[in-house]
Amino acid sequence: MAANTDDTLALEIRGISKQFGRFPALKDVSLQARDKEFLALLGPSGSGKTTLLRVLAGLEQPDTGEVRFGGEDFLALPVRQRKVGMVFQHYALFRHMTVAQNIAFGLTVRKRSEKPSRAEIKDRVAHLLELVQLEGLEQRFPSQLSGGQRQRVALARALAIEPKMLLLDEPFGALDAQVRRELRRWLRDLHERTGVTTVFVTHDQEEALDLADRVAILKDGQLIQLGQPNEVYEQPATPFVFDFLGQACRMPGLVEGGRLRIADWESEAPKDAPQGAVEVFFRPDEVAFAPADGAGLAAEVTGVAQRGPDVRIDCRIEGQVMELEAHGPTLPPGVAPGLSVRIKPLRPMVYPVA
Amino acid sequence: MTDRFAAAPIVRPVTDPWPRRARLVEHSILPGFKLSLGITLIYLSLIVLLPLTALAVRPWEIGVEGILRTLTDPRVAAALKVSFGISLAAALVNAPLGLMLAWTLTRYRFPGRRIMEALVDLPFALPTAVAGIALTAIYAPNGPLGALFAKIGIKTAYSPVGIFIALVFIGLPFVVRSIQPVLEDLDKDVEEAAQTLGANDFQRVLHVVIPAIGPAILSGVSLAFARAVGEYGSVIFIAGNLPLKTEIAPLLIVIKLEEYDYAGAATIGLAMLAISFGALVVMNIAQIFLARRGRA
Repeated sequence: MAANTDDTLALEIRGISKQFGRFPALKDVSLQARDKEFLALLGPSGSGKTTLLRVLAGLEQPDTGEVRFGGEDFLALPVRQRKVGMVFQHYALFRHMTVAQNIAFGLTVRKRSEKPSRAEIKDRVAHLLELVQLEGLEQRFPSQLSGGQRQRVALARALAIEPKMLLLDEPFGALDAQVRRELRRWLRDLHERTGVTTVFVTHDQEEALDLADRVAILKDGQLIQLGQPNEVYEQPATPFVFDFLGQACRMPGLVEGGRLRIADWESEAPKDAPQGAVEVFFRPDEVAFAPADGAGLAAEVTGVAQRGPDVRIDCRIEGQVMELEAHGPTLPPGVAPGLSVRIKPLRPMVYPVA
Repeated sequence: MTDRFAAAPIVRPVTDPWPRRARLVEHSILPGFKLSLGITLIYLSLIVLLPLTALAVRPWEIGVEGILRTLTDPRVAAALKVSFGISLAAALVNAPLGLMLAWTLTRYRFPGRRIMEALVDLPFALPTAVAGIALTAIYAPNGPLGALFAKIGIKTAYSPVGIFIALVFIGLPFVVRSIQPVLEDLDKDVEEAAQTLGANDFQRVLHVVIPAIGPAILSGVSLAFARAVGEYGSVIFIAGNLPLKTEIAPLLIVIKLEEYDYAGAATIGLAMLAISFGALVVMNIAQIFLARRGRA
């Protein structure tokens, strides 16, 4: 996925802070995006991701910090001169205009000397409609379209100005799950074709991991981790990131002399593990089951539930009930409620106790 | 926020026993339709239709010829022209000014905003005669503003200008109060989208804000117009009431009544009703057209 990005830095954000009254929305956030990169800003609500996007668009001014795009001081430019295409969660279409008028808006408001001719605008609109697969709908009004169609019109409208950067603020947030998934693939496709540097805000980790070249994870206005989707998923920097990116099982542990001890089970500690009392995190589907006399954490199976190809296995480990997951083939035969087993986390992550 | 303008799907039973066209009234799940409709009709008849019928019947006492004579009387024609012409001018002037006021009140937060907010309603609340006396005191040739205007050769009170001032005064709240809620409801992100697409402030207001609040402006203007046509109290003090020049139609009706010319008074009334009704229809059609463009 990173193949279509080259190493030229496009966007540089340095030390951005922003306060709303007493509430700090962004605290000293710095990050970069390469040319043609698809960057996701991921975080729970209130993490500052939308504020950061609005700073990039020019709709908010940060209190401190610097934003450069292609070397140019972006903060010195007013919104309308930044040439960023913004797509809003609730589409923000002009409802008294037709689809064609909506898409052409950014071109028709240009200064006379830069304004394309009527025929050129018409061509451009037709081309964009084809790109977003809405041919033949140019005379419709937004209210006559479905949510997914509206969002595609909004995207075409943003692309019409040939933006230097595309900013998407939870663009699929108002759509249902089915449409979301379809549009996600389609958006990724569109990005491959247009190659516009894109910053995408979402609170849906699946969406971010699936779509982006790199993911920036924010929490309480701070950047917690930045990396490729598989990096952040496999090497979460903090327990928060681990928890936020997927299901998590957590247990107390102890690291001493290169060995990790959880309850009565001891194994080799992961590289760079902190010494002393730690918290151990592992994914419920990244475990191996072993018979009661094997190696691993002693566990008692309390429930088994088949869910399609996956099986959910409830286990009591050290008095804690955990919902583990196994896929059909990895499930040891004979697992049933009441059985004692051993459970071995395959990739435990170790964090110092907070 | 979900899109408020998305049409709600109409859920219809699958086995609809009646084809849609055969039904005059959509079936409602709410009970009491007949009772509510009955009460509504009786109330409307008593309060609105009955008096209007009386107004429509009365003039015929003097016969068609009498009606024509009354209507072609230069004094009556002049009064109608003054009433409708100046009312329209006042309502139209109130449109941009009212928009500006509504804009200021909704878009900015400043000390004294709430007081301004209350001031807007004052023309509503003030007894019209009080407003008339106040305006006359200020705009009379020896009043502070009247003297000022007199210096540059404009006669304010006791001229059509005075009537215009009074009608602007009483029409203002209608325009402001019609526009304000719609302006408040306008989604911020639509304007932000316009900005990111390169629109300057002027283009943003012209292409995005005004079309969105167009129907509200129109409805405010028609309310202000309707009110101005019927305005009596505040105008008669400042108008001077010179026949053929600054005499308004409602005043002429009162004069006819005082002369016991009931049929004549009703004739003028009927003429006003007809013109007002025509104006209302035109404005409603325009409003429907404007509104439909946005949500067809």
